[in-house]
Amino acid sequence: MMLTDLTIAQAAEGLRKHDFTAVELTNAHVEAIGALNGRLNAYITVTADQATEAAAQADRNLAAGDAPTLTGIPLGIKDLFCTKGVRTTAASRILGDFTPPYESTVTANLLANGAVFVGKTNLDEFAMGSTNLTSAFGAVENPWRRNGDDTPLVPGGSSGGSAAAVAAHLAMGATGTDTGGSIRQPAAYCGIVGLKPTYGRCSRWGTIAFASSLDQAGPMTRTVEDAAIMLAAMAGHDAKDSTSANIAVPDYRAACGRSLKGLRVGVPAEYRAPGMSAELQAVWDRGVAMLREAGCEIVDVSLPHTKYGLATYYIIAPAEASSNLARYDGVRFGDRREGASLDELYERTRHDGFGEEVRRRILVGTYVLSAGYYDAYYLRAQKIRTLIQRDFTQAFEAADVLLTPTAPTAAFGHNEKPEDPVQMYLNDVFTVPASMAGQPALSVPVSLDSTGLPLGLQLIGRHFDEETLIAVGSALEKAADFTARPTFRAGAAA
Amino acid sequence: MTYTLEGATGTWEIVVGLEIHAQVISQSKLFSGASTLFGGEPNTQVSLIDAGFPGMLPVINHECVAQAIRTGLGLKAHINLESRFDRKNYFYADLPQGYQISQFTHPIVGSGVVEIELSDGSTRQIGVTRLHLEQDAGKLLHDQDPKRSFVDLNRAGVALMEIVSEPDIRSPEEAGAYLRKMRQILRYLGTCDGNMDEGSMRADVNVSVRKAGEPFRTRCEIKNVNSIRFVTQAIEIEAMRQIEVWESGGTVDQETRLFDPGRGETRSLRSKEDAHDYRYFPDPDLLPLVVEQSWVDELKAHLPELPDDKRARFQTEYGITAYDSGVLVAEQAMADFYESVAKGRDGKMTAAWMTGDFFAALNRTGKAIEESPVGADKLGGMLDLITDGTINGKIAKEVLETMFETGEAPLEIVERKGLRQVTDTGAIEAAADEIIAANQDKVEQYLGGKDKLFGFFVGQVMKATQGKANPAIVNDILKKKIHG
Repeated sequence: MMLTDLTIAQAAEGLRKHDFTAVELTNAHVEAIGALNGRLNAYITVTADQATEAAAQADRNLAAGDAPTLTGIPLGIKDLFCTKGVRTTAASRILGDFTPPYESTVTANLLANGAVFVGKTNLDEFAMGSTNLTSAFGAVENPWRRNGDDTPLVPGGSSGGSAAAVAAHLAMGATGTDTGGSIRQPAAYCGIVGLKPTYGRCSRWGTIAFASSLDQAGPMTRTVEDAAIMLAAMAGHDAKDSTSANIAVPDYRAACGRSLKGLRVGVPAEYRAPGMSAELQAVWDRGVAMLREAGCEIVDVSLPHTKYGLATYYIIAPAEASSNLARYDGVRFGDRREGASLDELYERTRHDGFGEEVRRRILVGTYVLSAGYYDAYYLRAQKIRTLIQRDFTQAFEAADVLLTPTAPTAAFGHNEKPEDPVQMYLNDVFTVPASMAGQPALSVPVSLDSTGLPLGLQLIGRHFDEETLIAVGSALEKAADFTARPTFRAGAAA
Repeated sequence: MTYTLEGATGTWEIVVGLEIHAQVISQSKLFSGASTLFGGEPNTQVSLIDAGFPGMLPVINHECVAQAIRTGLGLKAHINLESRFDRKNYFYADLPQGYQISQFTHPIVGSGVVEIELSDGSTRQIGVTRLHLEQDAGKLLHDQDPKRSFVDLNRAGVALMEIVSEPDIRSPEEAGAYLRKMRQILRYLGTCDGNMDEGSMRADVNVSVRKAGEPFRTRCEIKNVNSIRFVTQAIEIEAMRQIEVWESGGTVDQETRLFDPGRGETRSLRSKEDAHDYRYFPDPDLLPLVVEQSWVDELKAHLPELPDDKRARFQTEYGITAYDSGVLVAEQAMADFYESVAKGRDGKMTAAWMTGDFFAALNRTGKAIEESPVGADKLGGMLDLITDGTINGKIAKEVLETMFETGEAPLEIVERKGLRQVTDTGAIEAAADEIIAANQDKVEQYLGGKDKLFGFFVGQVMKATQGKANPAIVNDILKKKIHG
């Protein structure tokens, strides 16, 4: 077995048994990145030297017996997390060579837990997108291929670089951020596990903001257990983020394999969207059967405001983004285009610095907040958001966890992207409601579709009940026995 | 009594509302740990939050919240136990985040009232609509380079209280009185230093005019007026401008204007086309600000005595006039000084000396009361010397002068200069005898009915004793000797 094939749990054990060193483990991943990143473009920045150095330190700590769980584990970091001394781009031109003098709380937590960062992963610009096609640093290729078809596929987004890196074994795990599905959808497209924790579970401090009331960092890994291990290191209260929850971090890993006897799994009727493929429906049904088999009680639940989820999301998220992105003005950091006046400096800097999708969302957000439209759009969307939250509260009276598909389709080709942005946004239809309500949600790969691409199922839990998600997720993972691996992965192809 | 302006078409009255921006006294900024000290080198008091760096988040400074609540309590206003922060979005180089965090829909303090006193002694109640917390912006420096402008972010993110009045003000004098009263209250509370010349208190002035009995007409807002005198001037000038516009058949546009004290005019700051749409919305980085009633109660219990209360108490406790009391409570330091002198002494006498010779001497030396060379203990000591008969009032003036010059203790001066009052009747009688003998003609005239001449004899005796004689004893002796 190659070192890059190990899970985090296996590698952590191997390091402690001195089967291999952290430097060997990191070098294996750095080499794999060297071999595959040219094609996949999963990383914007590779920090090989720092990684090797950190791995050497990890080996010393392991030898000294002073080694927290993630010691020596090579991780990819979505390039939305500010990393001290390492260029942070948000996949946008506008930040130029911005190198933060600070470390985001989530990455600082991971470093404190011993993790080794091998690089900054690609994403949709400012995390806006579901394809990773909007990155200023070029599209990411999904490591998977359809059977007998060499069409490059999107990895999903916005955490597409992280998903591709983990799927192709270019990192043992990666951080993602999820605003409307940006962890779960790419995890599903790339056949890996993606966990969006409860809003407030992980600090947002030092993570470049897209939509503050929705953004949440989470782990992307190849197993549910690994996600549990990573989340335990990432989560926790942070006084620097006023929306961070002051709730103790439980032992998530202990929830893996927990008995599901008597647990009620809700199947929301409204997610049976018209036009859902028979194949996806079948996967969902299989998931239901697996959980019933595992001892769960299956109940029908209703989330009546689901159909308004996307529309309200695409008002609230752009509204917040239009304000959050105002600071990228070329005055204090990042790229500047000079102008004859201050206004011209702003206009040129922001026109040249932001890509089309970011500009579109800033314009939409500016519009829905403007005088005369605020009540009709933003305020109304907030009211519907409250109704969506109430839907979940009521559903969780009847069920302990909900099971739905993660995304309406499997990954599609780079050139098969819908022209109409609204059509594009439909990708988020299953992931957005949980984001709007702040619920934790987990995507687990369950099977391959007829073309050989992975499909994932989503579990949605109660606020701060990631443990149930992990318990159910690990059962689903076990039952599904998803062992397929992508075409492009470390040691497999180049 | 009503203030009016005469136009060509008749009499106009003015309607004014003030928005005061008061910089909160606090160690650190509203949402960051950076220092708020005035006068630091540019950009030395800036955190990454203030500079709007990627991923930085605001965290509310509870001391600023406490200051806003104290101020609200001082304005007898309603404290909203739940308030919210909104973002006011606009682009400018002094605004790093691209938005100002403010409280638009749910301010921390609701309606209150301020009582003002006018020069004729009448009082009026001016309503306070609301008080909210918001961030200050940075400062642009245009004079550092011929072509470029620089940005100093030291002030960016400092907490401001915006205190909005009702349109209750009806004259420039009332506006001035309101500002002075507000500044006095803020200083008493220790929530804002009220220094308009340093910009820690600024006013936006809303002015409209109308004929008696009319509803409000369109108002204009004069931005950032930085002295009380300018506020009163700006109101008068703007009101006259509006009257001319209305009377010449035009209409006043609602707009933001700037007061130019040099030219004595207001002019339009931005046209309607440039009008900002601030796109206010709740700041998703901050939770609603919830304060406990028990905390408000605790802040209230520790609130310092406010000027109106202090003034009333001085009148009853020390028996002084409303006028003197008003003068003495104008500044907290003055009131404290007065009280430490008056405690255990004659309050009226203390007030008379303080508002008279003491303030005159302070004015002459150009010193604030905090830096007075004559402290409360020394002034009190001097009053004691008058009371116990060691010196008389006339000599006391000389002692006070010397105290201001040398900083000596009053008794020291009296001893060194030999200023003790002469109460020795023998010495006074001898002097009286001499003067009566030398001025027999005047004695005749006095006895003949020229009463005023008695003062002459007193003056002569005082002169002979170098002013040190006890005036009461001098009176007695002279009366006895002249009338026989």
